[in-house]
Amino acid sequence: MADLSVNIGKLEMSNPVMTASGTFGYGLEFQDFVDLEKIGGIIVKGTTLHHREGNPYPRMAETPMGMLNAVGLQNKGVHYFVDHIYPQIKDIHTNMIVNVSGSQVEDYAETAAIINELENIPAIELNISCPNVKQGGMAFGVSAHGAEEVVSAVRKVYKKTLIVKLSPNVTDITEIARAAEGAGANSVSLINTLLGMAIDAEKRKPILSTVTGGMSGAAVKPIALRMVWQVAKAVKIPVIGLGGIMNWKDAVEFLLAGATAIQIGTANFIDPDVTVKVADGINDYLNRHGYTSVRDIIGALEV
Amino acid sequence: MKKYILDLTVTENIRLHSNYVLIKLTQSAPLPEMLPGQFAEIRVDGSNTTFLRRPISINYVDRKTNEVWFLVQLVGDGTRKLATVQKGDTVNVVMPLGNGFTLPDTADKKVLLVGGGVGTAPMLYLGEALLKMGCKPVFLLGARSKNDLLQLDQFAAFGDVYTTTEDGSMGEKGYVTMHSVLQNQKFDMIYTCGPKPMMMAVAKYAKANGIECEVSLENTMACGVGACLCCVEKTDEGHVCVCKEGPVFNIKKLLWQI
Repeated sequence: MADLSVNIGKLEMSNPVMTASGTFGYGLEFQDFVDLEKIGGIIVKGTTLHHREGNPYPRMAETPMGMLNAVGLQNKGVHYFVDHIYPQIKDIHTNMIVNVSGSQVEDYAETAAIINELENIPAIELNISCPNVKQGGMAFGVSAHGAEEVVSAVRKVYKKTLIVKLSPNVTDITEIARAAEGAGANSVSLINTLLGMAIDAEKRKPILSTVTGGMSGAAVKPIALRMVWQVAKAVKIPVIGLGGIMNWKDAVEFLLAGATAIQIGTANFIDPDVTVKVADGINDYLNRHGYTSVRDIIGALEV
Repeated sequence: MKKYILDLTVTENIRLHSNYVLIKLTQSAPLPEMLPGQFAEIRVDGSNTTFLRRPISINYVDRKTNEVWFLVQLVGDGTRKLATVQKGDTVNVVMPLGNGFTLPDTADKKVLLVGGGVGTAPMLYLGEALLKMGCKPVFLLGARSKNDLLQLDQFAAFGDVYTTTEDGSMGEKGYVTMHSVLQNQKFDMIYTCGPKPMMMAVAKYAKANGIECEVSLENTMACGVGACLCCVEKTDEGHVCVCKEGPVFNIKKLLWQI
């Protein structure tokens, strides 16, 4: 058995496999399929300060080797999370991480400060791809300034490991990654979904109620891999890679490109036990190639 | 109820009609407990365009032969590919998912099961469960044409069968809500599954006549376990997942304008 442990900031993980926010519920939805404690980290559903109903149905469109979603951050708000969800997940013996979303800087900071008090939540992941209501709906994460503003505000109130999830819908993702690092992020995770669209030609209508939505799944992997490789070279903090990872081989590719850990998202819908299979597959790969630790292959791409 | 990821073996794939197949699956161990109205997420292997699993309702569970039946309508690339499986092939299935229909509290209740198109599928397993509890069901099955009415012999084994077709080729001509059985008999409970306009018409009839009614929804879904929040339906408690909180809902929960 190779050593699969990795660290992200102060976060110690038994293996580099995490679940992507919004694809694994609160973990509980998958406990019939996998031993949750065998997953390095579980990033739960996007949580906002207040309750959000999300976007109207239809919210999903299947695309070749992928899908679009426009869920719109449906969740019951951070107070509901603290009172009703946290008690159910706090004793799961792995890193339970909360994804924090918001529509203004103050909301992010307030939500993060509340989660900072939860003993068994060792980290948050900040979703900066949300529209900023005070800036005409432009996403925080599409400008270095916007990213810096929200990350700095959260850093002031949040004392544990702070992961910032980057949007790929930008001209130069390394610039945003550096801004997040400069503002105090302990890690960046990428990529969030790519903005896409699907049309029903027969009805001459968009399939999603919101017209556009976030694309994920196997089809986005080459883009995600390229961005992880670029960002890993641009920052000193650990990078968490995600986007289209369907199996252990995809995961190893992200590690070679420079990711310290990886997240599995849409693949959970197709293979509900994919997370543990990926962790096992990484171990087999390391054994086969004579590596004793997964850390030996992080960024080991020979260019 | 515990959910499983199972590699099941095809025992039969019967082409019922140009657009429908009945796939029967088994495994060496006894199949898990499944309730009428629950569904499975079936992985489609070998299709270039089908990424997600296909949610298919449980048509019937034959405990004697240890088989679960899925009635599949050929709609797009995924279901067309699934329809090509052959005896001996392995099919990966996640099940049972969602909540089943609520059975009546006493056996003296008069129940009507209304199915339209492929929506007749869960009514077969439900019909058997009702008959077993001593509550002989009345089936009202609707389709475009005679050829689209499937599994009539099986339905007849569990209860009385009435049919409607849009072209009048079998049963009464028209839609299910126009059938004379609704005038001639009184029901305490209606269960329905089928195209949304049909279910809304049935729900409207039930509401107007003060009859308890459950509908089975088939919103487009991805995960099937309540994680992705894609298949939501508006209810009196806000958006809820059809895959987890449903697919069966009492019409009182829904915000349908009926």
